[in-house]
Amino acid sequence: MRSLLARWRRPSRLPRKPRLLLAVALGLGASIMWLLTPAAPAKRLDRVHQPAAVARITQGPFAPGPGSATVPTVSSPALIALGRTLFDQRCASCHGLHLQGRKGVAPSLIGVGAGPVHFYLSTGRMPLANYHAEPLRESPAFDPRRIRALVAYVRHAGGGPASPTAHPARGSLALGFQVFDSHCAGCHQIVARGGMTVGALVPNLQQATPQQIAEAVRMGPYLMPRFDSRDINQHALDSLARYILWTRHPSNRGGWGIYNIGPIPEGLVTFFMGLMALVIVARLIGERTE
Amino acid sequence: MSLVGRSLDRRAKRFVAWNEERIGAARGIKWAMRYVFPDHWSFLLGEVALYSFIVLVITGIFLALFYIPSDHMVTYHGSYAPLQGFRMSEAYQSVVHISLEVPAGLLFRQTHHWAADIFNASILLHLTRVLFTGAYRKPRDLNWMIGLTMLTLGILEGFAGYSLVDDLLSGMGLVIAYAVSMSIPLIGGQLSILLWKGAYPGASVFFPRLEILHVFLIPALLAVLITLHLGMIMRQHHSQFPGRGRRERNVVGTPMWPAYALRSVGLLLAVAGVEFLLGGLIQINPIWQWGPYHVYLSENGAQPDWYIGWLIGALRLMPNFEPRIDGFTIFPNPFWGGAAFPGFVFAVMYLWPWAQRKLTHDYRPHHLLHRPRDRPVHSAIAAAFLSWVLIVFMVGATDRVFFRLDISYQDEIRFWRGGVWLFPIIVFLVTLWVCRWLQRHDPHPLRGWDGQVVEPVQISDPLQDREQQAAGTHAPPAGG
Amino acid sequence: MSNLIGRLLALLTVWRLSRRSDSEPSAQEQPDISPLEDPSKREVPNSRKAELVVAILVTVGAASGFAFTAVYILNSHANQLLGVTMGGAFVALAAAAIVAGLHVVPQETSVEERDSLLEEGEPEEIVEMVESGGEGVSRRVLLTGAAGVAGIGLTTTVGSAIASLGPRMRNIHKVPWSRGVPIVNEQGKIFHASEIQVGSFYTGLPAGHFWEDLGAPLLLVRLPRHYIHLPPTRPLAKWAPHGIMAYSKICTHAGCAISLYRYPVYAPTSVGSPAFTCPCHYSTFLPGYGGTVLFGPAGRPLPQLPVTINPNGHLVAGGHFDEDVGPAWFDVRVPKNFNRNG
Repeated sequence: MRSLLARWRRPSRLPRKPRLLLAVALGLGASIMWLLTPAAPAKRLDRVHQPAAVARITQGPFAPGPGSATVPTVSSPALIALGRTLFDQRCASCHGLHLQGRKGVAPSLIGVGAGPVHFYLSTGRMPLANYHAEPLRESPAFDPRRIRALVAYVRHAGGGPASPTAHPARGSLALGFQVFDSHCAGCHQIVARGGMTVGALVPNLQQATPQQIAEAVRMGPYLMPRFDSRDINQHALDSLARYILWTRHPSNRGGWGIYNIGPIPEGLVTFFMGLMALVIVARLIGERTE
Repeated sequence: MSLVGRSLDRRAKRFVAWNEERIGAARGIKWAMRYVFPDHWSFLLGEVALYSFIVLVITGIFLALFYIPSDHMVTYHGSYAPLQGFRMSEAYQSVVHISLEVPAGLLFRQTHHWAADIFNASILLHLTRVLFTGAYRKPRDLNWMIGLTMLTLGILEGFAGYSLVDDLLSGMGLVIAYAVSMSIPLIGGQLSILLWKGAYPGASVFFPRLEILHVFLIPALLAVLITLHLGMIMRQHHSQFPGRGRRERNVVGTPMWPAYALRSVGLLLAVAGVEFLLGGLIQINPIWQWGPYHVYLSENGAQPDWYIGWLIGALRLMPNFEPRIDGFTIFPNPFWGGAAFPGFVFAVMYLWPWAQRKLTHDYRPHHLLHRPRDRPVHSAIAAAFLSWVLIVFMVGATDRVFFRLDISYQDEIRFWRGGVWLFPIIVFLVTLWVCRWLQRHDPHPLRGWDGQVVEPVQISDPLQDREQQAAGTHAPPAGG
Repeated sequence: MSNLIGRLLALLTVWRLSRRSDSEPSAQEQPDISPLEDPSKREVPNSRKAELVVAILVTVGAASGFAFTAVYILNSHANQLLGVTMGGAFVALAAAAIVAGLHVVPQETSVEERDSLLEEGEPEEIVEMVESGGEGVSRRVLLTGAAGVAGIGLTTTVGSAIASLGPRMRNIHKVPWSRGVPIVNEQGKIFHASEIQVGSFYTGLPAGHFWEDLGAPLLLVRLPRHYIHLPPTRPLAKWAPHGIMAYSKICTHAGCAISLYRYPVYAPTSVGSPAFTCPCHYSTFLPGYGGTVLFGPAGRPLPQLPVTINPNGHLVAGGHFDEDVGPAWFDVRVPKNFNRNG
């Protein structure tokens, strides 16, 4: 055994080529594995969004539509004034001073309500630097209080419904999986790891909060279709949120989940871990010192 | 020798004699124990495939005892919460049961799957080694074809196993396979109706048929071909790299008994070890997360196992070219990527030894291998061809590249529609240049992996010609 | 987790690369060998240390095997522990066998001569032996010819059996849709026209029919008028009442279910028109243009089904598809006025 190890250590005996190959293979494997990881900016968001804070807001007796949960809008005059200032500074250049939008650049916000505003701001998708680019999840540009202010202002000035939300605890996991399977998996992948459609990226949903999930389902941001309460009712929405939260830590009973996206990482493990280990064993067996 | 030792000795002799009286295999046993294996690590890649096959058979028997090949629809009430109340086929339910409820079932299922991936991967690596070192040349050309046939069967076998589960991914794979079989000109429709016994998803006999294919027909064929492959190797003896004392007419290496046998058993155990470790530690194909398949369901980012990846790449890369004449669709689109492309690649591989003989006018048998750099043009052609297939394979993952690097999918596909023809040319030139550079700048002749010098550079082999004349006689070395 | 592994791999790579410099092979070695030299040798290692290592490894392997049994008894679903003990047993025994093979048993290099495969005169001998079986047969040509004819006859038997499957294969895929079949959702509830909203998409299935046939599933969408540009052969009243349109959900390329629908919230700054995309090979179809192909490998448009809103507002099929559903084959029926790319 010691001489086996020694052979690996002794420089003059150690062949350069296989070591180089090994290094290249390892480097290649590592970089491809990196390619498969979920996109980086999304991770930072965890710190900004405290699920506890969301839960606090969602408590309260407020039911505008039959059987649909909404977030009560907190709107003091001071908050609306702050919202107006922020809107004029950061949003009005595209959406207009009176929320009317700008042709070919940005839609009108009159009547959209709280949901879309909260969704776009709390996921950092707005403000958007280049209005032709796909808005992607980033760290929010505003802190939660300022987001509340902007939401309050847009709703105050433009009207529209309150923000929809979901209560995962009231939902059923199995129903959520079923709804996700038939409505969402086509784009978001069955374990909500994201993907693509022609013309747009589809985000993974591991950072989505129940409120954001509900807002996205009801509004259909960017290219996403929207689903109203006759298609996905409040119970189904609660269940959906429960399933999506569950996908943050899906049941990986088989061991390391390799990102839960199926055969691509499996193939990489096959070549860069399994087969490479066996090639190293073969090298130990096959080489002979004369 | 101790008393115990002497007693063991006596018993061993009695045992061998008992055998001999009935079988009379002494000559064969002695021959096998002295059989010489040339030493090079790359000669062991085929053994990795062989031992993976053994792991596959053992774990597969375990799984077959629990699997139910039935498309009968049931409602799930097992232990896994997210699937409660789902409508699913009995086949899928039985595999979820194996995975989550049968003791150690998940370990065996995952090990089986990893072993299948490694089985095909090691065959591919072995094939590449044989291709670049010229080991496919006469008299091994026949065995090369057997090996290719085994790779084809290995791919089919893996796909059948992946499809049996009837989860969302396997259903999406099966319907693509159905589309490819439908797309074969003239007979596609009939063929698919024959295979599925009706239009997709087929009659209820389809899963039993697929199971027989997976657990009996293909494995039995593979076992026969493996026997032929090994029998032919033993008859011809292994090829070897040139080196000290190594000539066309001999084999230099380690005899089977005892050193080689121990090492080979070590490799068998290592293959089993690596595969069981992967099966225990890294999750593969978590079917309970994918959910059951129905024709109206699908998911984003669905992929086949790696050995089918080149076909999904080809299907995605192909422009929507579907020529029609007089109301007949002559070549439905999946034909190009799903049938014509793999058919062409395998045809080239099958004909490679023949083409090599025709192009080089070298009709002699060869037992000494060459290094890739010693035949720059040959290596360059092989590298270009393999890179062509590799690019198509990689195109199968362009959606992942879009997701991670935000490079537009349409742009990627348009780029590779040209790149798939351009890059092999670059690979050809680069390989040629690298081979020639290595030849020129190689101060050392053939260097084994342990750094040992084994042969002066020798492109043409005068020795071999001499040997053709004086077969087996030890001629004095002249300038060797 | 993945980050850590990535970093470890990168470190290992750097370490491997950095060791390159001291691993320069000694350039002084001379090619001092000849292919005709006799390389045979035999060494007996006689290494007590290696024997000890093998003994330890075998013990570890055995212990690991016993551990597997223990884990199995205590918790047979602990996949990781089962894998580590079982794999560990094999790996330890593998290491034992390899160390034994390299350092315990005699190391021998031996030379074996190959016998030639083709011996002179043997092919002739075999042919003669075969031919000797025909000794005394005078009408050899006649018999050989007859055997050949028999072979051809057998082949045609098999061939005609295959041909009996039918020369033309129209309508392979059963299509349950015909005028008046109600369109229901996955829960079996019939769709009301007012449920079909702009910007959303729905999976429709035929009430009272088998749902797993390729002809069964539909995609239902509603588009505002300015997105609808159906070919003139498809009058809006029949094919898009109130903007509601139904398409086969099965991709015309390889038969996967089309489950991606994009509908721009604000079209001017994103891709222009609503589209279906198949997740298998990303074929993209335009529902506003009668299902024509926008991108991807699909060779023909998505089949459209006429829909009718019956008096109580429910959706039913208004007729048949005007082409075959599912993947193409030789005899596939393509739509009238066929235009591949719209």
